[in-house]
Amino acid sequence: MAIGTKTKTFLLMNSEEKNIILEAQNLSVGYTSKDGSSTIAKDINFSILKGELVGMVGANGIGKSTLLRTLTGMQKALSGSIFLKNKDLTEYSSFQLATQLSVVLTEPPASKNLSVLELVSLGRQPYTNWIGTLTKEDKKAINYALDITETSTLANRKCFELSDGQLQRVAIARAFAQDTPIIILDEPTTHLDIYHRAYVLKLLKKLAAESHKTILFSTHEIDLAIQLTNKMLVMSKDENYFNDPCKLISEGRFNALFPKETIDFDANTGRFVVKR
Amino acid sequence: MQISQTYKLHFLILSIALIAAFLMNLSMGSVSIPIDEIVSIFFGNGATKETWQYIIMDYRLPKAFTAMLAGGGLAVAGLLMQTLFRNPLAGPFVLGLSSGASLGVAILILGASAFGGFLGTLLLSQWSLVIASALGSFLVLLAVLAVTFKIKDTMAILIIGLMFGSVTTAVVSVLSYFSNAEQLQQYIFWSFGSLGNQSWQGVLILSICFLAGIILSLMSSKSLNGLLLGENYAKSMGLHIKKTTFTIILATSILAGGITAFVGPIAFVGLAVPHLVRQFYKTSNHLILLPAVLICGSLLMLVCDTLAQLPFSEFTLPINAITSLIGAPVVIWLLVRKRKLFF
Repeated sequence: MAIGTKTKTFLLMNSEEKNIILEAQNLSVGYTSKDGSSTIAKDINFSILKGELVGMVGANGIGKSTLLRTLTGMQKALSGSIFLKNKDLTEYSSFQLATQLSVVLTEPPASKNLSVLELVSLGRQPYTNWIGTLTKEDKKAINYALDITETSTLANRKCFELSDGQLQRVAIARAFAQDTPIIILDEPTTHLDIYHRAYVLKLLKKLAAESHKTILFSTHEIDLAIQLTNKMLVMSKDENYFNDPCKLISEGRFNALFPKETIDFDANTGRFVVKR
Repeated sequence: MQISQTYKLHFLILSIALIAAFLMNLSMGSVSIPIDEIVSIFFGNGATKETWQYIIMDYRLPKAFTAMLAGGGLAVAGLLMQTLFRNPLAGPFVLGLSSGASLGVAILILGASAFGGFLGTLLLSQWSLVIASALGSFLVLLAVLAVTFKIKDTMAILIIGLMFGSVTTAVVSVLSYFSNAEQLQQYIFWSFGSLGNQSWQGVLILSICFLAGIILSLMSSKSLNGLLLGENYAKSMGLHIKKTTFTIILATSILAGGITAFVGPIAFVGLAVPHLVRQFYKTSNHLILLPAVLICGSLLMLVCDTLAQLPFSEFTLPINAITSLIGAPVVIWLLVRKRKLFF
């Protein structure tokens, strides 16, 4: 390891710390402009283990997308640090990062003329040569990604022919084909009906369990996330909490999400109830 | 990007059509020359008439090569711009690149009188036309690029490209106001577009621009594929956006700038051909699309040129008018049939 890198050293390395793959310490996120910086969310702390499915919840505008953009290296953190595999995120080049972290964004692919097979194949770009030739290994990864997301039958369809639910599965397949230990998804369940919302989240759970991927996603489906995730990050105006969903319920953390006079969290059912 | 089928048959048909159009182009004109005579000239056996040999070797062959280079190059430039700006209506013409080239040439031709005499004639040599046109288009593209880094909205960039176009047109009209009739005529004939009257030296210079542009485009094919997902996705796959954008814009300005200098601002080929090719090639892979667009552009330009020289007559129509007359109905037909233009 080069001298002067901000590599974390551990005095005590127990089995849990060894498995930490993504960690945030006193992280503040937001935007910098000429007039100074505007902090959107602060005091974010979490450590995510390998193979965990983590849901991120919070009201609109609380900073979920900003945090995800910061974690994926698309924008800089205002303060605090992010460690990916115990190495500071800022030390990764964009090319190195592409082999560690893949994303599923809220935006659809710019060209809807892409076929599903072409789109998923693009996930192999960090590994292919200068002209993008696919090796046998690449093709294997692409077919596996299509299989596990159940999109093999769509392979020759064009993106403009797909429904929102199918398009979301294809986007996940592309991220999966990128073969990174971490997949980060920004609101993967928006625009989907209740069946597809559950389907997508169950698919994420399957990916985390079967291929030991670490998956972090933001969502508004709090009740589904409580049922399916290993850990949750609850973001509210004053504080952010990171823990098991069950512990977060018993600590009453979900009550802090929304104004109580309109909607309230029922700890027994794990659902939000509209106040009459 | 994985290719679900091979396009060998497509390429075979296109290549045969290109060769046929090439021979047809050489054969037709004010003087009709039989194809077997042309083949005989190619194999060094000479033609039955001395003048035929002269017409083919010194006039029609350079013109046919110019047509192929210009058509192919402009079509590739159009494809690059459509993918870079992820807008089906983009093309060198729409983004004001041709207007920039026109301004460069206008300043050179109309401003040459300011230098006068020997320097004036020197300025009007073939190289200086290329340089003026390439510089003009490169400056406009750099301005568009500077805007691109500030504004993310592609529609805004297109409108700004149009604005650049109208500013350069305005500057050209101011320059025209102060020019004499002879210079004005020279400029207007340049703006009509002309594939003829090319020396072999000119064809060589054009080929160098063409090759440089095509090699840069092929080198960018992987990045172009990545850009189809959008900038954020491309970035997340390790693509260096600024470097890619610069390479693509450099390739476009070399291609469009160089070609515009030699043959004038030829419209529509850059916009129409990529859309035409997408009808027959069901892939978005630029490694397939680039050569297909290249051949198709060359083919279309050869056909347009054959029509422009009005076979069996003494007249030659401006090539720019023919490409628009053929190009515009094609785009309209595509829109009516598909209702949607993809990129």
